Amino acid sequence: MAELRFSNTHEWVKVDGKEALVGISDYAQHSLGDVVFVDLPSVGDTFSAGDEFGAIESVKAASELNIPIGGKVIAVNDALLDHPETINKDPLNTWLIKIEVASPIDLSHLLTLEAYEKIAK
Amino acid sequence: MKYDKLIFELSVPGRIGYTLAETGIDKVDLTKIYPDQLLRQEAPRLPEVGELDVVRHYTNVSKLNFGIETGFYPLGSCTMKYNPKINDEAASQPGFRNIHPLQDETTLQPLLKLYDDTAKMLSHIAGMDATSLNSFAGAHGELTGLMIMKAYHERRGDSKRTKMIIPDSAHGTNPASAAMLGYECVTIKSTPQGLVDIEALKAVLSEEVAGIMLTNPNTLGLFETDILEISRLVHGIGGLLYYDGANLNALLGVARPGDMGFDIMHMNLHKTFSTPHGGGGPGSGPVSVKGHLAHLLPHPRIVLKNDRYIIERDGDSIGQIGGFFGNFLVVVRAYAYLKSFGRELNAIGPLAVLNANYVKEKLRHAYHLPIDAHYMHEFVFNGLIDQSTGIKTLDIAKRLLDFGVHAPTIYFPLLFDQSIMVEPTEVESKATLDHFIDLMLRIAKEAIEEPDCVKLAPHFTPVGRLDEVKAARNPILNYRDYVKSI
Amino acid sequence: MHRYLPHTSEEVSAMLASLRLRSIEDLFTHLPQQVRFHDAYTSDAPLSDGQIRDLMARSGGQVLVPFRGFGSYDHERPAIIDAIASRQEFLTSYTPYQPEVAQGTLQYIFEFQSIVCELTGLDVSNASMYDGATSAAEAMMMAVNVTGISRILVASDLLPHVIETIKTYAHFRGVAIDLISFTSDGQLDFNQLTELSKTPFAAFLVAYPNRYGIIADYQDIQQLVHQSGALLIAYADLLALSVFKQPASFGADICCGEAQSLGIPLSFGGPYVGYLATINKYVRKMPGRICGITLDNRGQRSYVLTLQAREQHIRREKANSNICSNQSLMALQATIYAVTLGKTGLRQVAISTISATRYLHEQLIKTQLFTQPFKQHFAFETTLDYVGPIIELNQRLIKRGYLGGMPLGEHRTVFYASEKMSKQTIDAFVNAIKECHDEIR
Repeated sequence: MAELRFSNTHEWVKVDGKEALVGISDYAQHSLGDVVFVDLPSVGDTFSAGDEFGAIESVKAASELNIPIGGKVIAVNDALLDHPETINKDPLNTWLIKIEVASPIDLSHLLTLEAYEKIAK
Repeated sequence: MKYDKLIFELSVPGRIGYTLAETGIDKVDLTKIYPDQLLRQEAPRLPEVGELDVVRHYTNVSKLNFGIETGFYPLGSCTMKYNPKINDEAASQPGFRNIHPLQDETTLQPLLKLYDDTAKMLSHIAGMDATSLNSFAGAHGELTGLMIMKAYHERRGDSKRTKMIIPDSAHGTNPASAAMLGYECVTIKSTPQGLVDIEALKAVLSEEVAGIMLTNPNTLGLFETDILEISRLVHGIGGLLYYDGANLNALLGVARPGDMGFDIMHMNLHKTFSTPHGGGGPGSGPVSVKGHLAHLLPHPRIVLKNDRYIIERDGDSIGQIGGFFGNFLVVVRAYAYLKSFGRELNAIGPLAVLNANYVKEKLRHAYHLPIDAHYMHEFVFNGLIDQSTGIKTLDIAKRLLDFGVHAPTIYFPLLFDQSIMVEPTEVESKATLDHFIDLMLRIAKEAIEEPDCVKLAPHFTPVGRLDEVKAARNPILNYRDYVKSI
Repeated sequence: MHRYLPHTSEEVSAMLASLRLRSIEDLFTHLPQQVRFHDAYTSDAPLSDGQIRDLMARSGGQVLVPFRGFGSYDHERPAIIDAIASRQEFLTSYTPYQPEVAQGTLQYIFEFQSIVCELTGLDVSNASMYDGATSAAEAMMMAVNVTGISRILVASDLLPHVIETIKTYAHFRGVAIDLISFTSDGQLDFNQLTELSKTPFAAFLVAYPNRYGIIADYQDIQQLVHQSGALLIAYADLLALSVFKQPASFGADICCGEAQSLGIPLSFGGPYVGYLATINKYVRKMPGRICGITLDNRGQRSYVLTLQAREQHIRREKANSNICSNQSLMALQATIYAVTLGKTGLRQVAISTISATRYLHEQLIKTQLFTQPFKQHFAFETTLDYVGPIIELNQRLIKRGYLGGMPLGEHRTVFYASEKMSKQTIDAFVNAIKECHDEIR
C-alpha cells in the first residue's frame, strides 16, 4: 500500500520498476457511485503526466481520468468492460491501465496515501 | 399490476390497422423496376395490429404518466403551467397544419402576419429589437444565440475572444452550448448570497472574453441585483451579455432582459408561454437580439416590406439552423396564449413570485433554506433541516409521487448537494399550494417518525424505484435486443 | 382577473399577510428601479376562446394540393394519431426525469427507438432529434468527436436546407466541409470523392434518396470511405427504408434524417422529428436522450432514460451535445403511425407513393412539355425539365389550387405525388399544367 501515490484528481499510480499501474481512489469511486462504464485507451497510446487518458461513468456522473505520470500504455484491464463494478468493490487493487513509465520518473507532485486521505474528504 | 405490453407483443400475423385508399393507379412491382441490390430483402419487423389494439395500447400506456392535468407539477426552472386547450385547437386549423413550408408567400400572407406579430410581441416582452422563431428548443436557441455572439466578434475581426464566462449555478446546457462552439468555459463562483460574485467576475474579465451567459432570476430563483454593474463591466471589455430565458416567467409584468443590458437572449415558449411540454418536446426557443445584431439572426426570415410579408433567404445572417421556420405550430399556440391574456399578461410574474414566496415561508421551518433572501418565482431548499434519519432529497421526491403530486426539481442547482427547487407558477390556487405544503410537512414528519416509509417510496405509483445502474451497465435500447436478452 | 389565474383579491391579501407584506409591489422592492417595467405590454383586451377561434380562422395560409415534397411530404394520417397524442398524459407531461410517473413516455420512446433500428438496420437509436437538418449536423459532429478529425465531406445532392444547416454548425464549430458534386449524369462525382478523400476526413454524408428523388447504390462509396478510415453517414427517409435496402446493409455507421413522412402533418415546416441511429461501437457518442429497459424494485419490466452521463445536465461542457429536449410528442405520433400501418402497411404506403409519382411522371412526359434529365432510379419524387419558365407555371398553378413541383433554376422542377392522390387528381393536375402552359405561350 505504501507504494501507491495519488494525484489531486483522485487517480493513483503504483510504480514497479519500469512499469506502473493506474487506478482511481476510494474517494473517487464513492463520489461517482456505481460505475457503469470505463472508457480506456488503446495499447500503444502515450501520455504525459496530467493528460486525459480516458473517462469513467456512473449513472449520475461522468469524469475524465488523468494520468498521474507519463508513459506508454502496455496493457488495458479489459475485464472492466463486463464488470465495471470491480472498481467500486476494490478501488485500490483494481488497475485500469498498465504503462511503461517515461523516464525520468517524477513522483514529487504526487501524494502518499496518508497525505491524500487528509485532502480527500 | 401495471399495464405491461410492448406494441410488438400485441402483433398477430395478418392483422392490419389501416385502410389504403384505392386510387385507380396500378401498384408497381418493385422487383420489376429496381435492381435487387437497391431493395430491402425482408419486410421490416413492425407489428401487425388492428386499430383498436393501437388505441387500447396507447391509452393504457398513457395512464402510466403524470401530466399537468393530473396534478401539481412544481418543477423548478420548467414552469409547468396550464396548457390551454384553445391553443391546441388553434394550432390544428387546416390553414396552419396543411401548409407546406415551401409555399409561395402570396399564399401565406395572413399566416406570415401571425408569425411576424408573434415575433414582435415577444421582442416587446423581452425589451429587445428583433426575434427569430427558428430555434426548436431552449438549448437550440442558446446555441443560435451564441452563434450570433461568435459571428459578431468574427465580423469585428476579433479572433481573441475565446472565453465564455458562466456562473457555477448555470444550467448544464450553458457550458455545453459554449463548448459546442469551441469556447473555453470560465466558471465563476457565486457569493454566499447565491449571486454572481462581482470581484470574481472582474478577475476573469479581459479582451479574451466573448461574453457572459446569465439567467435572471438565476437558477436559485434570486434576482441578480447587480445586473447593471455586470452589464457595465462586460460591455466595458467589449463583451456581450447572453440571457438564458428559462426563468422569464418571473419577469412578466416586472422587468425586461433588454432593459438590464442583455444583448442576446432566448426564451422558452414551452415554459413561459404555456405551450405543452409533450413529454420532452416539441418546444420552441426563440432568440431575441438588440438592433445592432438583428442582421445576424438565422435564415429564413419573415420580413414586412412595402406592406407585404416576404421570406428572406439571402443577405447577412449566421445562416440556417434548421430545416424551415422553427416549430410553427408551437408558435401558433404561444400566439393564442398571448392573445388570450392581452393586457392581463402583466399579472403573471407577480402572481408567480407571490406563490413561490408563500410556499417557501410555510416550509422553511422544516426544510433548510440555505440562502435567506428575496426569492422570485422559484426557490431552493437544501434538503430537510433534520437529516438525522438519513432521508435524502431523492427520498422526499419519491414520496411526493405517492400523493399525486409531481416532485420538484431535485439535485439542481449543483451548488447544494440536496437541492430541491420548487416553482409553483402563477396558475396554482392557494388551495393547491396549501395542499402541497401539508404534504411536504407530512413527509418531513414521516422522515423522522417512519423513515422507511420515505426511504422505500414510491409505493403507489405504477412502478417503484428503477435500477438505473443495470440500465446503464447493460443497455438494452430496442425490442430486438430485449428479445435477445431474455 | 383571468380564467387562467385563480387568485381572488382575498386570497392575495391572505398570502401577502402570511409574508408580512402589504402589497404585491413589496415583492420587488429589492430590484433596481431602473430595470422595472411598469407599462402594460399591450392595451388589448383578453380574448375569449370564441374570439381566438375567429382570429385563427382568419390567419391561416391557403391550402393547396401538394405536388411538391422536397423535405416535407404530405401523406394520409390515421385519425387515431391525434386522438392519442392529445391525451394530456402525453401532451402536458415533462421530460421523464421521475421515471416512476413517466413510464408512458418512456415506453413509447423505447418503441420509437425500436422502430428506427428496424427500419435503418442499425444497432441503436436515440429518442429523436429536433428535425432532419439538425440531426445531420449532430451526426456530423458525432463523427468529428469519434475520429478527432475536423473535416467532413458532404454530398451536394442532399436537400439544400440540410446542407445549409450543416454549414452553419460546421462554421461555428471549426469543422471544414468539402462538397462532392452531383454531375449531370445523375450521380456523385466519384473521381472528386477519391481525390478529396486523400486528406483525412471524419465522415461522408450521403442522401438516400436525394433531393432529385433518386435512390442510389452506395456500395462502392462505402468501400472508399471506410478504407480512408472515415464514417459513412446516410441521411435517409424512414418511409423509403420500408422498401429500399437498409443503410446498415450498405455499411452506414450513422443513419439520420427526417421522420416527418411518418404521420406528421406539413405544419408549415414544424414541429417535425429527426432521428439518429448508429452502430453499437458508438452508442456512448450519440447525442440526445436514450431510453433503456430495466427492472424496478418490485421486479417489473420498466423503462428509464439511460447513459445520461453523456448529456448536458451532467457532463456540462464535456457533453456530446447541448441537446436537452427531443421532439417527444412527434416521436409518439411517428410511432403510432408506424405501428398502425405496421409490417405490411408501411410498405404499401411506400409502394403506393412510388406508383403515384411514376404515374405522374409518365403523364407529364406524355404532354411533351417535360424531359427527364437524370436516368437513375427515382422513388417518391421525380425531377423533370419543363420547356418553359417553371416559376410562371407554378404561379398559374397556384391560382388553380395546386402547389407545383419544387423549382430548381429556370426549367428544372422536382415533382411529388402521394398515396392520397387518385388517378383523377393526378390527371386533373396534368390537365391544369397543359392549360397553364397554353396561357403562358
